[in-house]
Amino acid sequence: MEKTVNKIEVRDLHKAFGRKRVLNGVNLTVGKKESVVVIGGSGTGKSVLIKCIQGLITPDSGSIKVDGIETVGAPRKESEKLYATMGMLFQGGALFDSLSVWENVAFGLMENQKMPRRQAREKAVEVLRQVGLGADVADLSPAELSGGMQKRVGLARAVATRPDIIFFDEPTTGLDPIMADVINDLIIDSVKKLGASALTITHDMASARKIADRIAMLYQGKIIWDGTVAELDRTDNPYVRQFVNGSASGPIKVEI
Amino acid sequence: MQHHKYLENFLRALGKPLVVFVSRIGELSEFIAKSLYHCVTPPFYPKLLLRQIIDIGFYSLPVVALTTIFAGMVIALQTNAGFSSYGAESAIAEVVLISVTRELAPAFAGLMVAGRIGAAMAAEIGTMRVTEQIDALSTLSTNPFKYLVAPRLWAGVIVLPVLVMIGDVIGIFGGYLVAVYQLDFNPANYIKTTVNELQWIDLYTGIVKAAVFGFVIALMGCYNGYRSKGGAQGVGEATTNAVVASSIIILIFNYVITGLIFTK
Repeated sequence: MEKTVNKIEVRDLHKAFGRKRVLNGVNLTVGKKESVVVIGGSGTGKSVLIKCIQGLITPDSGSIKVDGIETVGAPRKESEKLYATMGMLFQGGALFDSLSVWENVAFGLMENQKMPRRQAREKAVEVLRQVGLGADVADLSPAELSGGMQKRVGLARAVATRPDIIFFDEPTTGLDPIMADVINDLIIDSVKKLGASALTITHDMASARKIADRIAMLYQGKIIWDGTVAELDRTDNPYVRQFVNGSASGPIKVEI
Repeated sequence: MQHHKYLENFLRALGKPLVVFVSRIGELSEFIAKSLYHCVTPPFYPKLLLRQIIDIGFYSLPVVALTTIFAGMVIALQTNAGFSSYGAESAIAEVVLISVTRELAPAFAGLMVAGRIGAAMAAEIGTMRVTEQIDALSTLSTNPFKYLVAPRLWAGVIVLPVLVMIGDVIGIFGGYLVAVYQLDFNPANYIKTTVNELQWIDLYTGIVKAAVFGFVIALMGCYNGYRSKGGAQGVGEATTNAVVASSIIILIFNYVITGLIFTK
């Protein structure tokens, strides 16, 4: 059998902030065109994990391979080429508020691919249409948009450069259930269209079930369970059961 | 035995702030080194630089003009009060010239811009930090040091000297107003003395100071904004720290630069 290279391969990743050990030996793989969702409670290090993969945080030890190439400890110039193939939808949108909506969407196109402004604007309007926004919002400033619209613009910005890997940080948090489902559909749609791999972190189980090919649960700095959505419903892992059912009693103790 | 305990407690109390202080110095040094490197390596963002120049320079003109004109005026009054028995008329123009160009214009422009711009920079970059916009820049393959820090540092170094030269002219004009209209001295003499006594070292001292102050203001604004944490409160703290730190450093450097130039 031919050995296939995983898109992302994280091995034994450790990261501590002061005395607080956030990641404590994380192992996780994301295959080509696979959509993996990492679930876990607030403050379990989900964000730190994806920031390590994107090179925004330097891990203490461990290995992160992207397309089979090691990025931990690699020269910045080389890993930057890999980081350039990634896109990210931030939890709060993280839209640049000094720029208009279309300039946000076209940012990667103009700054890196050196696309001329006029052409970049056309492209941005096209991507905005894909996420269900009309050309009339293109010249607005991000502050004038509702939360759901900001998420859409964030999604448009993340996919505009046609990345191979897209990260979604709590894509449905803070949205009403209907808008959350719209965003889920858009995520599935845009990931499929691009043929990209996706890594999502969330604690919204409805969203996780909908967009995941595979779900992994992060608890106390480790991936303690990993499987498909169907397996999620059959597992007798008490931690996963408690989290999925959203129960206050069980092995997971909430630090108050 | 009791003394041991006091000593131990004293050292313990000293320990943590000292560690924090040293690590802060290290962090700042790293930030400066990174900033300087990214200031001189492409890509550059001329449009962003121009916008910073307009923000820092053009919009600071009114405050710089107001502070320097009154500084020049008050120096003229004080010189008249202090030197009247030795013939204040000839002294006023020279004292105003020297104190405005060498000390007052750079210090006032520096402090005013620190309050206006240092705070704004820290608030803007701090907000970008806590709303993940800085991370977003990185994920779009844009280096935040090149995109945010470098244009601000360049603008600070370029603009402050220009502001100070304008402040020089306005401050001297302030002295002229008081000398001529309040103290009834001869306007032609005042102008003649000013032109005759003007030396290269006066201008150059002010300009060197201004460039250093501009760098300090932008650096403190960017640094404090960049490392801010934890939402609105963190941004507020960053803003305060930027203004306080740059004001103190400006006054210290003002003394040091004067010492370097004028101590033989």
